[in-house]
Amino acid sequence: MNIPILSIITFLPAAGSLLFIFINRKQKNLIRYTALFIGIINFILSLFLFFQFSGQTGDPQFVEKAEWMGYGIQYHIGIDGISLLLVLLTTFLMPIVILSSWNSIQEKVKEYHIFMLLLVTGILGVFVSLNLFLFYVFWEAMLIPMYFLIGIWGGKRKIYATLKFVIFTMFGSLLMLVAIFALYSIFYKTAGSYSFNLFDYYQLVLNPNIQIWLFLAFGLAFAIKVPMFPFHTWLPDAHVEAPTAGSVILAGVLLKMGTYGFLRFALPLFPDAAKKFIPYLAALSLIGIIYGALMALIQKDVKSLVAYSSVSHMGLIMLAVFALNLESLEGAVYQMLNHGLSTGALFLCVGILYERAHTRLIKDYGGVSRQMPVFAAFFLICMLSSVGLPGLNGFVGEVLCLFGIFQSSKLLAILGVSTIILGAAYLLWMYQRVMQGPLENKKIMTFKDLNKREIGFLVPIIILMFFMGIFPRPFLRKMDASVHKLLNQIHRSETYFVDKETAIIIPESASGIESDSQIKEKGIESENNE
Amino acid sequence: MIPTAYFLVLSAVLFVMGTVGFLVKKDLITQFMCVEVMLNAANLAFIAFAHSASSLNGQIIVFFIITVAAAEAAVGLAIILLVYKQRKTVKSEDISLMKG
Amino acid sequence: MSDIFWLIPLIPALSTLILAVFGDRLPKKYISFQACGAVFVSFLISLYSFIGLLNISPEQYPVVKNLFTWIHSGNFQANLSFQFDPLTAVMTLVVTAVGFLIHVYSIGYMAEDRSYSRFFTLMNLFTFSMLILVMASNIVLMFVGWEGVGFCSYMLIGFWFEKHSAANAGKKAFIVNRIGDAGFLIGIMFIIVSIGSTEFANINHAVAGGSLSPGLVTLIALLLFVGATGKSAQIPLYVWLPDAMEGPTPVSALIHAATMVTAGVYMVARLNVFYTMSEAAGFIVALIGAITAVYAATMALTQNDIKRVLAYSTISQIGYMFIGCGVGAFAAGIFHLYTHAFFKSLLFLAAGSVMHALSGELDMRKMGGLKKYMPYTYPTFLIGAIAIAGVPFLSGFFSKDAILTAAFANGQYVIWALGLSGAVLTAFYMFRLIFLTFHGKERIQPEAKKHLHESPSVMTVPLSILAFFSVVAGYAGLPVVLGKNVNWFQNFLSPLMHPGHEAHLNLTTEWLLIGVSIVVALGGIWIAYLFYLRNPQIPHRIAARFPFLYKLLVHKYYVDEAYDTVFVKPAIKGSEFVYQKFDLNVIDGAVNKTAAGSGWLGKTLSYLQTGLIKDYALVFLLGTIILLGLLIF
Repeated sequence: MNIPILSIITFLPAAGSLLFIFINRKQKNLIRYTALFIGIINFILSLFLFFQFSGQTGDPQFVEKAEWMGYGIQYHIGIDGISLLLVLLTTFLMPIVILSSWNSIQEKVKEYHIFMLLLVTGILGVFVSLNLFLFYVFWEAMLIPMYFLIGIWGGKRKIYATLKFVIFTMFGSLLMLVAIFALYSIFYKTAGSYSFNLFDYYQLVLNPNIQIWLFLAFGLAFAIKVPMFPFHTWLPDAHVEAPTAGSVILAGVLLKMGTYGFLRFALPLFPDAAKKFIPYLAALSLIGIIYGALMALIQKDVKSLVAYSSVSHMGLIMLAVFALNLESLEGAVYQMLNHGLSTGALFLCVGILYERAHTRLIKDYGGVSRQMPVFAAFFLICMLSSVGLPGLNGFVGEVLCLFGIFQSSKLLAILGVSTIILGAAYLLWMYQRVMQGPLENKKIMTFKDLNKREIGFLVPIIILMFFMGIFPRPFLRKMDASVHKLLNQIHRSETYFVDKETAIIIPESASGIESDSQIKEKGIESENNE
Repeated sequence: MIPTAYFLVLSAVLFVMGTVGFLVKKDLITQFMCVEVMLNAANLAFIAFAHSASSLNGQIIVFFIITVAAAEAAVGLAIILLVYKQRKTVKSEDISLMKG
Repeated sequence: MSDIFWLIPLIPALSTLILAVFGDRLPKKYISFQACGAVFVSFLISLYSFIGLLNISPEQYPVVKNLFTWIHSGNFQANLSFQFDPLTAVMTLVVTAVGFLIHVYSIGYMAEDRSYSRFFTLMNLFTFSMLILVMASNIVLMFVGWEGVGFCSYMLIGFWFEKHSAANAGKKAFIVNRIGDAGFLIGIMFIIVSIGSTEFANINHAVAGGSLSPGLVTLIALLLFVGATGKSAQIPLYVWLPDAMEGPTPVSALIHAATMVTAGVYMVARLNVFYTMSEAAGFIVALIGAITAVYAATMALTQNDIKRVLAYSTISQIGYMFIGCGVGAFAAGIFHLYTHAFFKSLLFLAAGSVMHALSGELDMRKMGGLKKYMPYTYPTFLIGAIAIAGVPFLSGFFSKDAILTAAFANGQYVIWALGLSGAVLTAFYMFRLIFLTFHGKERIQPEAKKHLHESPSVMTVPLSILAFFSVVAGYAGLPVVLGKNVNWFQNFLSPLMHPGHEAHLNLTTEWLLIGVSIVVALGGIWIAYLFYLRNPQIPHRIAARFPFLYKLLVHKYYVDEAYDTVFVKPAIKGSEFVYQKFDLNVIDGAVNKTAAGSGWLGKTLSYLQTGLIKDYALVFLLGTIILLGLLIF
């Protein structure tokens, strides 16, 4: 592979935003079409990535490596099965959000799309980086466009919300930066060479005491991003104030960066510390599941209801992540995609309503179904996907997550199952109050059903929901080997550690990581099972 | 040959006069002149040491200081002039826009 | 036999898809044709597969058709695969046959509704979900159907969603079902973790082989039964079913007869090995069934809403099915399910016909004397009532008797007695319904009377067919007293049933039990006759005599209110409280306080900034002196 396809996908949106220099800001539709075009091209390119990706190995593929600043700071990107799916989710959502903001964004259209495209590059960069320095750059860079997206095109309390979002996230990520540099210096002391390379760090076995601090620093950054209880309060504010597209990206992809961070960095880099903290983190996740659901139950604002439902769903994903077995991790990754789709779609639906009524309060609605039957059906399907109805995507992820959790801890799984009851309760109640009941409000009687554009961006999501619910195997197979490898990395034993040193390096052959051939055999086995 | 200490004492006296003047006086022009005095006190000390150590380094630094002082005088006086034009005063107490 | 049976669920699925996509753009005639046709084709394939099944030996059961691997991750594997065996055959035949008749009936009943296509889409989807449930060869796929019927019931009960009560009832059905589903899901996980497979064949094999500890078997059996109580409306999760009357009547018929509520019974029969291996679980199932049978019947006594009476009678009859399953007579339980499907759908559809005639009137106090106006509906309704009451020679008699006999034979005398008292009540309230609706004085509202008419033939023909089956369906399983091998039904199903502790009674006892059943049924009818035709004052006097009891029954033991006060209200009030006090004040408060604190700190420190150049110079000087001092000393 000589074409640096991964770089192209990552930087195409950012490069595309340069095109806007040549477009007059008054040609709003041209701007929109250009952005849409870039989004679709990017999605097609990433589809190519998906089909070229081999599920047989857990090693990163499409790797590109180049010196950047020296001292171990390299441009080093690549994807494994986990990041592949998240990249795909991001590129899939991008054209959809651009379509969704076609009418709702009328001011500063050019800047809006520039920020949107930059945001996508930032997110993709986070998912593909294999160098911690590069990762941090993208991690922070992505905040800036999001800051403006909420701060400029947001609702009434947009400044408050956007500042809260940025400062909250910054607070966590600065500690992570410190931890990254600590790792860097430990690696230098141990190995005698400079490196920010993730895989070099994977071979580093750290003193468990040091691990604790580093894990906490990384963990805090990711926990805020997820967001885990009790760091969740930025989320409802940000969601409520953000424009629809911002909410979709925020719920759909941004939150996944937190879970991804745990999977890629916090857990495999510091396995011993992670194991110490897992009981507490699992408890927090469980609280998040139930707490988020109960809070969602009583929200008066549709958007903050969906935001709290995110807290609940992300709690389940985190609980699955901390269960640390094959089923739970695959379930978690799958559920990340599902949550991206279903919550993203719910925000799109809320956005469609908001465009018509300019209110987000549940009590201002009622009986919308009668007026907008097509929308009602779409909204219902998105809701059911979020509830985890079998046949739709949510079920596969949820059942795998719960099963994985169950294998690790029966009690947690049994408590976690409450999510399927509470999830149904708050969403159905919301649906009832918004969509059902008598049509009394004069304003709602003027609502028009979905137009072609709206159907156009909802239908791909709906189709994908069904597809992922009925044929989850193509996705699960892609990540199988990567999850295996990740688990081996996490389950590295503490016994390698020699006393009183800060760290040692273990050669890859001895690290207990299954060789590719073993993985391949497993892969073949699973092929044969079909 | 005058001992180096004499120059240093003179320099110290000049510097203290400049400092005290800067702190006590209210007029910006006077304060500005005090700064110049302090600078030149420093210059004197440099020259004295350079002379006693038979090194050119001190003298080079003095040239630097003189150049910087000239530039500073130009900019500083221009600022003062502008302040006067705007506020009709050059009293330093009256100019406290940077107050927190 | 050919494995064409995998098409049985997929044909309604395809029909659903077409209807969902094109919806109202299709002409009404076509919609009804396609929806009914799809179910009918499924019925034909079921029949064909059933005949195929008769031609193979029991060793070959079940025939499995694996389509593809659905989910596979580590130890978790679920295929999209269907199976066909006697139990599936019975269920698919019941679902498609009764479902088809209900579909046909709906053409007439829903003719004027503006959401015609939505209705048939959901009806097809409902049939599809139920077929998935009964045909799945593994428990995960069964769960798909299990949840699917829950969802369809939500949509159909809340079909007229403009009414708050309908929307509420739909939501309630879904959430209550989900509570059961949660238990069921936990049960599934225990099964996968301890057995390592999801296929029924492997599960049955492993449990029968004794590879699970008895405690675990009981635990799993009870967890699965929690799911069954939700779906099949047993204590304590029955509360959704009476409210489900908010949906259109054909939906009630579908839920009560062919689909949904029978799912729990089917599941227990499918996994019967758990309930035979664990006596405790079996006993609890039977006990819950028996209590529910009586409890629901008492609530039916005082209801004035014609559909509600039928709803409680369903809960009660499902209780009988669970008695059968609990005492190890799974074939009898399924037999009752099968006969019940006919007479209960008949009763509902006939009640719908009455409603249709009276412009939607449901209150029996506003009926009476309808016999002469409804020459088709009355006799069919009567047949249904006789069948459910357990009068000899009709289907309900044979199946109910089989269950009670089995309970007696197993020495479960308490359960037998409960079942018997439930039977008296059943006969009583069914004939109360008949007498109040069709006999006696006319109490019809003048407005309704103007439009009074018998239903069109598209509705009465299905009624007649169902009435026919309500009479003859029972002859598939005759009691043992009439000969050794006359219970064809039981013989057909027996290869699937784990051989439990089946006790046999001598013929005299059997005859005696049958005699008791007959006396009980006729006694119930006679009391109803006494109360509601001969001397209509008696009920009022009894109500006046025992006001507390009467009130308790009318208010359905205040269970809805109790659930509301104990679970729903505290959840909402508590969440509201936590949200206001904890989420906004403590958590978010901490965040905002931190932010405010930084702001305050900045502001306070900025007072040091006087803006006076001399102050800065002084500080500067002091700093220099301190530094110099530090350097020197």
